[in-house]
Amino acid sequence: MTNSPIVALHGTPAVAGGNAPSEICHSPLAPGGAHVRSVRDEFHGDLLEVSMGPHHPSTHGVFRMIATLDGETIVKLKPVFGYLHRNHEKIGENTTYLGSMPYTDRLDYLCSMTNNWAYALAVEKLAGQPVPERTEYLRVILAELTRLLNHTCLAGFLLQDTGASGTPLMYAFREREKILDLFEALSGSRMMCNYQRFGGCRVDASPEWLEAAKRLADGYNEFLDEYEALITGNEILMARTQGVGVMPRQLAVSAGITGPMLRAAGVDYDIRKVDGYGVYPRFNFRVPLGDHGDTYDRYMIRVLEMRESIEILRQAFAQLPSGPIMDPKAKIRGFKPKPGEAYGRIEGPKGEIGFYLISDGGANPYRYRVRPPSFINLTVLEDMCLGHSIADAVIILGSIDIVLGEVDR
Amino acid sequence: MTLVQLSRVTPGVSDWFFQSLSSPFIAAAGDSRLERLPIIARDLLTSRLPEPWRWWLNSLLAILVVLFGFAILFALLTLVERKVLGRVQNRPGPNRTGLPFTKLRLFGLGQPLADGIKMLTKEDIVPRSADKLLHFLAPVALLAFSILTFAVLPFGRNLVPVELDAGILYFFAAGAGTELAVFMAGWASRNKYSLLAAMRALAQLISYELPLLLSFVPVIMMAGTLSTTGVVEAQAGWKFGFIPHWHVLTPWGFAAFVIFMVSALAESNRSPFDLPEAESELIAGHLTEYSGFKYALFFMAEYFGMCALSAMAVTLFLGGWRAPLPFLEIVPSYVWFALKLFALLFGFIWIRATFPRLRIDQLTRFAWKFLVPMALINLGTAAFWSLTCNWSGPLQLARWAIALALVAGPFVVMGRKLSRDYAPRTYRYA
Repeated sequence: MTNSPIVALHGTPAVAGGNAPSEICHSPLAPGGAHVRSVRDEFHGDLLEVSMGPHHPSTHGVFRMIATLDGETIVKLKPVFGYLHRNHEKIGENTTYLGSMPYTDRLDYLCSMTNNWAYALAVEKLAGQPVPERTEYLRVILAELTRLLNHTCLAGFLLQDTGASGTPLMYAFREREKILDLFEALSGSRMMCNYQRFGGCRVDASPEWLEAAKRLADGYNEFLDEYEALITGNEILMARTQGVGVMPRQLAVSAGITGPMLRAAGVDYDIRKVDGYGVYPRFNFRVPLGDHGDTYDRYMIRVLEMRESIEILRQAFAQLPSGPIMDPKAKIRGFKPKPGEAYGRIEGPKGEIGFYLISDGGANPYRYRVRPPSFINLTVLEDMCLGHSIADAVIILGSIDIVLGEVDR
Repeated sequence: MTLVQLSRVTPGVSDWFFQSLSSPFIAAAGDSRLERLPIIARDLLTSRLPEPWRWWLNSLLAILVVLFGFAILFALLTLVERKVLGRVQNRPGPNRTGLPFTKLRLFGLGQPLADGIKMLTKEDIVPRSADKLLHFLAPVALLAFSILTFAVLPFGRNLVPVELDAGILYFFAAGAGTELAVFMAGWASRNKYSLLAAMRALAQLISYELPLLLSFVPVIMMAGTLSTTGVVEAQAGWKFGFIPHWHVLTPWGFAAFVIFMVSALAESNRSPFDLPEAESELIAGHLTEYSGFKYALFFMAEYFGMCALSAMAVTLFLGGWRAPLPFLEIVPSYVWFALKLFALLFGFIWIRATFPRLRIDQLTRFAWKFLVPMALINLGTAAFWSLTCNWSGPLQLARWAIALALVAGPFVVMGRKLSRDYAPRTYRYA
């Protein structure tokens, strides 16, 4: 295999010299001490370097994995990202505080509502701005709807990555559309909602909208039951995902993993419980935990989280108070917080989404920094993929749940 | 026309091309005009010709009918597949394309035509560093091998293009050539995804060749012939006057049918065994570097392969062109064949719509550790069934019980072993 066209295609030899021990040995039997190729060498052959992405059907955007394969087994995997980098944080420093609000929609474009909330929370902390109770409830409702939306999409995409020919994806997208319709009715936009403001939100939810949202939340368990009946008990899915991409608890904690991925590894850490921001302490909900930390756990934790989100939604609709949605003292024009710094974080669908702001008293933040959950969750990709096949790498990536808008910023 | 000429016109006197009408197999019901329609039509076209020409023309006619018939079936099948997938997935599927230059939409019936035009007018791209000859030959070879398999399929009573004594052997020998073509495509493209797909294809197709072949050995054992018409003949007759003697209705036959269909799924690269062209992993696998007409040829070959294997399954296990109930024999045999074929093809599509894909090691493990032993045990079950064919009364019940146990026992034991690594889980809450 020394003259393999694959090596030639690459320009440089694809053999990872550092990893493989020298497989040429001196044999005392060979005449003249010639180099003889060992049996192991004969059977192992060369390593193959495959560049998956930036345009590949299942890298969820412009993400690239440079995988070194031994047969189909991954021996090395280098994630490459930055293809969608657009200077989000630098632009944030050159825009007013409110000017960045619509721009946060574009970070994780599936979860604009939670991005808005995290950013609003950071600015409100910076300016010491209180929020009316009705808005707090609306934020919870929208955040939990976003969680449903995001986890539904993930379940669909993950199954698509395992090769389920679009059926689960179509079922998931049917429900996603319903939530997007709600977002459109409320904020005027389906995905780029730009809904939160510092000290409140942009428009109030009408009783009709609340009624529609309530109906959706009540019917969502039905969809989940249908979806799980379709796919969760499927033997092929279990065989493909159980024991694949195991992330040990220790690694998860030390790498700063958050969200469903961390909880699938068995760590009880949910910012809704830990920080108790907004009105979350008023709701009864449970935090599901996985014991294996593999892809199946990551999928199931999300499904179970959706069921808890439905419970939160039901309680929020029951408790929703009337009142103003905007703090009357909130300043919108000429908004200049006092010098200082603040970090606002919430439990986004993908993990801890946080915004760190430093104010120097001007109209723009002095420093603006995003803590993107999917970027940090992505850092353990190689650890999870090593030793698995290339087919597994695709579903492991799918189970991390990344959105490249947020990874690259 | 003289009497002598008339006797020559009598179909099937001297040609072996279509099985002779005067063969001893003909039942009374098979004599209806509708039943003999294809042969009457053929004779209308060729009977006035002198003897040596007629044979050639009959052959040509049969080839044309099979080729065009299945080409049309392929076109329809692509539409049916997309429609069925669409219905499964809560969407209408293609429904816009109808008759060209009119406003007739016809439920998207024009879609195959539009697809064909699109495929034909697309640029044919060959990678610069590809092996150009193999790159060209692969789709041609694949299609050729697929078409060759149609030669021995009995499409109806007396409707078999070539009556070969070793027809089944020929069918699978010709079908095995497709593996070579898939590997050629993967290797010649000089693309890493294609190469990975080629390796997968070889591992998969060769692994599944074995259970595919082993699964129908009991059928040959029972029928005592390798001829396709002979196998259909072996399934003639009725038990208690209304239950057909199809192989699928016996314990060993049912097991063999399931093994055959699973292997056929893998052999025709269909989901959940579509690893060589795993879209989410290998872009399009061995098809990555193909475009335009060559790509269409691959698709055509895939569907032809699917049709051929389904048709073979119908022949081997589902009684071929025989009617399921005695009084339904008035319906022509080719209609029954088509109906059974469509039922199996629908199964293929349905499975595609609902299953995730296996991984390559799981795929081969399933073949070697489950399907092959199952097929071998099934051989024994069939032997037992054959030995005990004259048991009657309570012994008949015992025969069924033992045969069912011989099928179900290994299925449960080996299935448990295969799935011991995974199970549904329960989750705790913090």
